[in-house]
Amino acid sequence: MLRRLATLALVSGVALSATAAQNIKIGVFLPMSGDQSSFGDETMSGVKMAVEEINAGKDFKIELFTQDEKSNPTDSANAVKKLINVDKVDVVVGTVASSNTNAAAPIAQAAKVPLMSPTSTNVKVTDVGEYVSRICFIDDFQGSAMAKFALKPKAEGGLGAKTAVLVIDSSSEYSKGLSAAFREVFTKNGGKIDNDGEIFYVQKDRDFSSLLTKIKRKKPDVVFAPGYYTEIGNMIRQAHTFGITAKFLGGDGWSAPQLFTLAGEKAIVGHYFSDHFSHEDTDPAVQDFVKRYRAKYGKDAPGMAALGYDSIRVVIDAAKRAGKVERTALMKAINSTKGFKGVTGVITLDAKRNANKPLVILETQKDRATFKTRVNP
Amino acid sequence: MSSIDPGELLQYLINGLALGSIYALIALGYTMVYGILKLINFAHGEFYMAGGIFGVLAIGTLGLHPALGVLAVLVACGALAMLVERLAYRPLRNKNRIAPLITALGVSIVLMEGFRVVFGAQPRSFPQLFENTVYDLGEWFPSLEGVIVQQTQIVIFLVMLVLMSALSYIVLKTKMGRAMRALSFDFDASRLMGVPIDRVIAFTFFLGASLAGIAGILVGMYFNNVEPYMGQLAGLKAFTAAVLGGIGVIPGAVLGALALGVCESLVVGYGQSSYRDAIAFGILILMLTTRPWGLLGKPQREKV
Repeated sequence: MLRRLATLALVSGVALSATAAQNIKIGVFLPMSGDQSSFGDETMSGVKMAVEEINAGKDFKIELFTQDEKSNPTDSANAVKKLINVDKVDVVVGTVASSNTNAAAPIAQAAKVPLMSPTSTNVKVTDVGEYVSRICFIDDFQGSAMAKFALKPKAEGGLGAKTAVLVIDSSSEYSKGLSAAFREVFTKNGGKIDNDGEIFYVQKDRDFSSLLTKIKRKKPDVVFAPGYYTEIGNMIRQAHTFGITAKFLGGDGWSAPQLFTLAGEKAIVGHYFSDHFSHEDTDPAVQDFVKRYRAKYGKDAPGMAALGYDSIRVVIDAAKRAGKVERTALMKAINSTKGFKGVTGVITLDAKRNANKPLVILETQKDRATFKTRVNP
Repeated sequence: MSSIDPGELLQYLINGLALGSIYALIALGYTMVYGILKLINFAHGEFYMAGGIFGVLAIGTLGLHPALGVLAVLVACGALAMLVERLAYRPLRNKNRIAPLITALGVSIVLMEGFRVVFGAQPRSFPQLFENTVYDLGEWFPSLEGVIVQQTQIVIFLVMLVLMSALSYIVLKTKMGRAMRALSFDFDASRLMGVPIDRVIAFTFFLGASLAGIAGILVGMYFNNVEPYMGQLAGLKAFTAAVLGGIGVIPGAVLGALALGVCESLVVGYGQSSYRDAIAFGILILMLTTRPWGLLGKPQREKV
């Protein structure tokens, strides 16, 4: 009898704790104004969608705190200080540009609050310490994946390229990192890049005519140009004017609607870039997300939204495994994320707290990019 | 680099002349204002930016006929410059020369950030006013196959030449021009002779800003990209060009600008893009230390 009573108490106790959702405070800092605001808006749309879905369930009640990091490192640092010291959040999620995440990460590390970046891809971001992690792949992977794609014979869905020229944004760590990775893999596997096959420009350059004259004379099969969409849009437009027929390749810095308007529909068709996500990916989980996103926001989900969505869900998954909402326990659980099925692919954090996951290669059409292939790490 | 290919060199020259023509249109305004007021109007690059953005609004958003649109941009840029002159420079005209210079820097920031707040920081594409036909010189000279000239480049160059001539005509042959020249010689004497100083200065600003506005439209068509920060660097380059040619001298501004454009193009072609701005400003420093009156200017002895 006594035993039965005890069992009853235990059962009801369990039932009781199952109905009371656990509270978790998540602080999000993103660029809601400034140059990167379109990336910030997109990421935030995914974050909000995930929070709503989780709060509709029974297990967790997320209290969301948001800060605008204004697209610069100083405000990023201030935003994280405020989230940690004033709002007393359990976890921080953010931000887009690697240099801004780098400015904020040491603060989170010192305060022993887990910080997870949804979209910063520079290799150095997670070097700050064990409290800093990310759910996106790193730049080396993008560079090497594009090199392999360029080399792969046409019959196997690649470009069958033998020669390449690198066009590098010398004001960006991101661009240099991707280029170095591309060069290494491309040349190691039989591709050829001349000694003077590295051409530099800087952000805000508008006149690429002399740079393109150089490329035209070299007649490479592909041009690897891992810059940001503003300069690349211009460059591809001018390349078309110069009659350059080489395919241009790039990374996720291309991924913005402005790429297509700046280049113009005649020039932009038929180039390739790597990205985190494609709304055309046929994976059922992706299609389910795309459908729900469209129902909520009335448009196709961009890659940043998918990463924002996944970042919140990985945090909650970690909280579930940790069994309690406590910063250090959360950090450990986040860092041991393994095989999490996100909409941006299966996410496993490696020893350096970088996500080991596939990327997609997109092909540019007149006004949008379409899914070409998926590359596993 | 073993030998220099003549076709390649020619292509760099063509690219450089187009870029230089744009600098020239901006440099003309710099040089005019300096010639008369001895004021380096650091906000001048912003009128060029305004020209690009007004162009997108007038021709792209409002859908005006291109000719009408260009005219509207000219008037809008000119009016903006007159407003700036009235509010920011005129009250300081009789103060020392540092006050207006600092004010000019402030005006530049206000205009730049103002445009960013109203129109956003995202770069916008520019409506195409005509088909940008590309001519391959190989059609006429087989040895030059692959060297291309774009219609936009030709238009930019011709527009620059026409406007420079028109400006020279205004300054040298009209009554307003005579008043401008009088002011540049002696302010007080001109006032005593009955020259309407305020009107002449306002007109100078109007003229200079309209030229910069045209440059903004041309660059919009050439690069298909306008944004609120584009005036910053272009303004500094044009200033360099004006100093190079001899600030205050109209043909000097054009010569300096073309030289600068070609120089930059060659640096990118035979060197590295990263050094382009360094070379441009290196020229400025070299010129200021060795020949501060510029290529076409005359040395002036400091009056004691």
